[in-house]
Parts: sequence; structure tokens; C-alpha cells
Amino acid sequence: MIKSSLARKVVMALSGLFLVFFLGQHFVINITSVIAPDTFNSWSHFMGYNPLVQYLLQPILIAGVVVHFVMGFILELQNSKARGVRYVKYKGDANASWVSRNMLISGGVVLAFIALHFYDFWLPEIAYKYIESNPEDATRYHAETVHKFEPIWRMVLYIIAFVLLALHLLHGFASSFQTMGVNNKYTPTIKLVTKIYAIAIPLGFVFIAIYHHLNPITH
Amino acid sequence: MKLTLKIWRQKDAASKGKMVDYPISGVEGDMSFLEMLDVLNEQLINKGEEPVEFDHDCREGICGTCSLQINGEPHGPDRLVTTCQLHMRKFNDGDTIVIEPFRATAFPVLKDLIVDRSALDRIQQSGGYISVNTSGNTVDANAIPINKHDADEAMDAATCIGCGACVAACKNASAMLFTSAKVSQFALLPQGQIEATERVQNMVRQMDLEGFGNCTNTGACEVECPKGISLENIARMNREYYSASLKG
Repeated sequence: MIKSSLARKVVMALSGLFLVFFLGQHFVINITSVIAPDTFNSWSHFMGYNPLVQYLLQPILIAGVVVHFVMGFILELQNSKARGVRYVKYKGDANASWVSRNMLISGGVVLAFIALHFYDFWLPEIAYKYIESNPEDATRYHAETVHKFEPIWRMVLYIIAFVLLALHLLHGFASSFQTMGVNNKYTPTIKLVTKIYAIAIPLGFVFIAIYHHLNPITH
Repeated sequence: MKLTLKIWRQKDAASKGKMVDYPISGVEGDMSFLEMLDVLNEQLINKGEEPVEFDHDCREGICGTCSLQINGEPHGPDRLVTTCQLHMRKFNDGDTIVIEPFRATAFPVLKDLIVDRSALDRIQQSGGYISVNTSGNTVDANAIPINKHDADEAMDAATCIGCGACVAACKNASAMLFTSAKVSQFALLPQGQIEATERVQNMVRQMDLEGFGNCTNTGACEVECPKGISLENIARMNREYYSASLKG
């Protein structure tokens, strides 16, 4: 068990950066569902059946999410204990941004979204492949994805989650560099890249959700 | 100026405290915040009531003894000043001012607005020093050339007065800005290199033992620090800690 505060923080930073990297990769694949459905099908099929992805990268990814969540929870619990008696008046907005003070809220929403996302895509995929033992079909992914976004409630939930994800990234991405000891002449650049990434990627996901909702596949 | 003060009153460490309202008049803009409290205490003593206890010493912003969470901010709404340097002209006639002790589990309240900040002393004692032979053949510190940039940064870190505002401001009651300043003032100088590995490990260990929270990089400490200690120090402490951990 990692006991030191600084070691726990670096675990938080590294798992966070790993998830940031994963998010970018996920976006690149997803955007093909809008611009090139055939590419989306073949890439999805590759991700779904390549043993390296399925049995090595996927468990690493799940571990990354679990570690980030569990460590975040442990740190938050410690932080809450560090101030046993609360202030009657605490002016948090006088010295720190809302996003930096509410990573628990934005992170909690993102976690709830991941649960929904698993229910929507991961569980049906596992059922398709390993429970129902259906044959491989490299053409099904695009239609399945578009169908998911037919109900408006799902599109709305996804959009809410992406907004909160953007807020989480706005603080978390640059913050992980500070935790790893990087605070120098490159820090303004890191903060700029954080702003661009944290807004552009979730906005891209929002676009995909809206696009598929507005362009259902008719039979 | 007429004000309403809402002040945390607590008989002793074991008692439960509460906020008490005190109307006060005759406050001048040129008074310091502590002088305003002196006026209040004189009025309370004249009425036969118990005065409000608060920490203070030099009253010129260099000792780090005064504290107070004023309207939700350590050392009040002004920047780069301690409570003793905060002037009442920063407030308006008719204002209500909420005055609380610095809150952290590691800073237990002793009485009213006085908290025990010896946790910071113990962090300092665990590694915030260099071992130098002072038995008569001490080498002049200036005999070792140090480049200007490093000397300046070390001096900036060394301006930390250990008041605990960073802990009070942090939503996690983290003492990482304090600890990092104390690590940095030696990490940047050749004299500090000999004990560098043990220093950062011991000081971080002590900081954790005292029950301070973990830094989440909100930057509140840097904004509220009366000496303007920079977050760069926390990044430096992290680097020192990771390289010390790798060395074992």
C-alpha cells in the first residue's frame, strides 16, 4: 500500500495522464463513425478482437480507471479528515477556481458516466462475443453505435457527462504536471495545451453524440 | 466606522466553541486589524467580560505569529500581508466581519482564535536544517560561490514565516507549500546537498504524520501566502522527493 502523500499524488497524476491519452485515442476512433463509417467498423472490429487489445490493453485501461478512482477517493477521505471542524465562512472562490476545488463532483459524474457507458457498449459487446457466442461481424459497429443515440435522454446524459469531463480535464491535465514536479518555463504552454485539449476533445464527443442522434439509420 | 464582528469563542481545547456577535464602533481606517481587536478587548475588559484571545507578536509582518481567518480568507482580503498589516480601511462602515481560527485537524484550537501550530515546527525539526561544524573552524557561507538565480530563489523560499496561512486557505488543509518552501531553501544551495535525500523524505513523512491533507494544486495557498511563496516550490519538493525515493 502506498502510504506517502507524494507517492499517492504521483499515482493519481500518472493514472490521470494515461486516461487523458486514452481519451484522445478513443476520440480518434469515434470521429471516424461520422466521417468514415467503414473505417469505424474495421477499427472497432480490430479493437474488439485483437488479443493484445482485449487481454492486455483493456485490463490495463480498466485498472487505470480503478486506480485513479480508488486513489482519488482515499486522498479525498484524508483531505476531509485534515479539516475536522469546518469554517463557518470559507471563501473558496477568492483564491482558487471552481474546477480545481470540485474535482470530486466532476470526477463523480464522469465515473457515473463510465458506468452508463459500460452498460451501453461494453456489456452488450461482452454478451455478444462471450455469452451468446455470436460469429464475428466486422460491419455491425457503426449501426449499433448510431442506434444507441436514438433516444434523446441518452444524448443529453452523454452531453452532460462530457461537459463535466471537460471541467475535470481543465484542472487535472495541467495539474498532473505540477504533481510530477514540472513547473518551469514550459508551464504556460502546458496550461494552454490543457485548455485546448480539455475543451476540444469533449466538444468533439458532444458533436458525435448530437450527429448520430440527428442522423438515425432508417430501415 | 461601525462594524459587527462575528468571532469564534472557545474556552479551551476541550470545550465546544461557538460564534459570538460583537458590535464595535469608533474603528478608524488607519488601525490595523489587531489594533481593532485591541479596541474590542478593552471594551470587553471594561464591561468585565473575558477578552478575545488571539496570537500576535511583532506586528510588522515578519514573525508569522498572527493568524485569523477573516471573512473566509487567512489574513483577510488583502494580498501579501499578514493580519497585523491588514488595515481597517479595507472594510466599510456597517460591515459584518467573520473572524475564525485557522482550521486544520493538525492545528487544534487552544482558546478562542489561538491554534497550536507546533506541527509546522515538528516538520521543520525533522529536516529543515543543515549540519555545520560551528566549533571554531566554520567555513564562511559566502566562500562557496552560488549563482544569483539560485540564491534569489532560495531566499524567496526562505521568506516563509511559517504562519500557516497556506494550510488555512487550502480546502484540504495541506501543508505542502510550507514544507516545500522549507525543503527548497536548502535544495537550491550547495550547503543543502549533503542531507538532501534524507531531508525531503523526513519532512514529507512528518508532514503526513501530522495529519495535513494532500495538495490538489488549487493554488489557494500561493494566493493567500503573505510572503508570496510560489507553487514552484511544491513542484521542486516533488522532484526532490521522487529523486530521493529512487536513490532509496
